[in-house]
Amino acid sequence: MPNDKVAAIGDKDTVFAFRALGVDAFGVTDADAADTIKKVAGEYSVIFVTEDVAEKQAELIARYKSRPYPALIPIPTAFGSSGFGMAGIDRNVEKALGTNPGEGD
Amino acid sequence: MARLNVNPTRMEMRTLKARLKTAVRGHKLLKDKSDETVRRFMEFVRLNRKLRKETETEVTAALKSFLTASAANSPEIIAEAVSVPVRSVKLTSEISNIMSVRVPKITVEEGEEKEMYPYSFATVTSDLDVSVKKLGEVLVKLIRLAEVEKTCDMLADEIEKTRRRVNALEYVLIPDYEETIKYISMKLDENERANTIRLMKVKSMLEKG
Repeated sequence: MPNDKVAAIGDKDTVFAFRALGVDAFGVTDADAADTIKKVAGEYSVIFVTEDVAEKQAELIARYKSRPYPALIPIPTAFGSSGFGMAGIDRNVEKALGTNPGEGD
Repeated sequence: MARLNVNPTRMEMRTLKARLKTAVRGHKLLKDKSDETVRRFMEFVRLNRKLRKETETEVTAALKSFLTASAANSPEIIAEAVSVPVRSVKLTSEISNIMSVRVPKITVEEGEEKEMYPYSFATVTSDLDVSVKKLGEVLVKLIRLAEVEKTCDMLADEIEKTRRRVNALEYVLIPDYEETIKYISMKLDENERANTIRLMKVKSMLEKG
C-alpha cells in the first residue's frame, strides 16, 4: 500500500527544486532511471517524472497504469514541455473512444 | 458465423435459447456501463487537459528559475539549501470507486503555514526563492493533476475492456447462438416432415397391398 508520500524523478538539476517543498527528489541519469523508478514505485503514492525520463521509460511506466497507486505523472522540464504529457491524454482518449475527436472543449 | 457444434435436439435448443437470453441481457448491461463510463471519462479528460495546461507553464517557469539558481551558485550550496525542508507534503491516498473501477483519491493535508524557505537568504540567489515559491503554489494543483490523470488512465483501460466484451457479445456470441438455434429448429422441422411423409407412404403401401 502506498505511504502517502510524493517523489520526483528526473534530471538532478531540475528535480532538486522539489526538495525544498518536502518532496523526495531522486536525480537520475539514463543508466539508472529504470532501477530508480522501480524502487520508488513501491514506496510512494504520487511520483512526478520529468518528461525526458518518462519518454525513455515509457514502457516501464505503462506497467503501473493498471493499478490505482502509484500515480506516475510526467511533468515538464526546465526547458518547457515536449508535449509528452498532453500526448498521453490524447492517447487515453483514443484508446477509450477508438478515435480522437481533438480539442473539442 | 460459425455454427456451434451441438446435437440438433429439442433439449439443446432450449439451453441455447436460455443462453441467448442471458447474452442479450449482458450485452445491454455492458453497453449501458460503457456509455456511462465514457461520459464520466470525458469529464475527467476535460479536467485533465485544463489542469495540465495550467500546471505545465508554471512548473516550467519554476524549474527554469531553479536552473538559473543552480547556475549562479555552486551545486553544493544549492543541495545544502534545499536538503532540509521545513515543510512536508502529507497526502491521504484512498481508493474511490467510479463505475466499479478502483481509482485513486488523493487529498493533500495542508500543513500549518510555516516558513517557506528552508535556507538562509544570504547564501543563495533570489532565483531560488522564486522557484520555491512558484513550485509551492503549483504543488497542490500538481497532485490534483496526478489524481485526475491516473483516473483517466484507468477509465480508458476499463472502457477498452468493456468495449471488447460488448463487441464479442454483439458480433460473435449472439449471432452464433442465433444461427445454431435456427439450424436446430430447421433440422427438427425437417425431421417432422420426413416423418409425415414416411407415414403417408406406409399408409398408401398398406392400401395398395
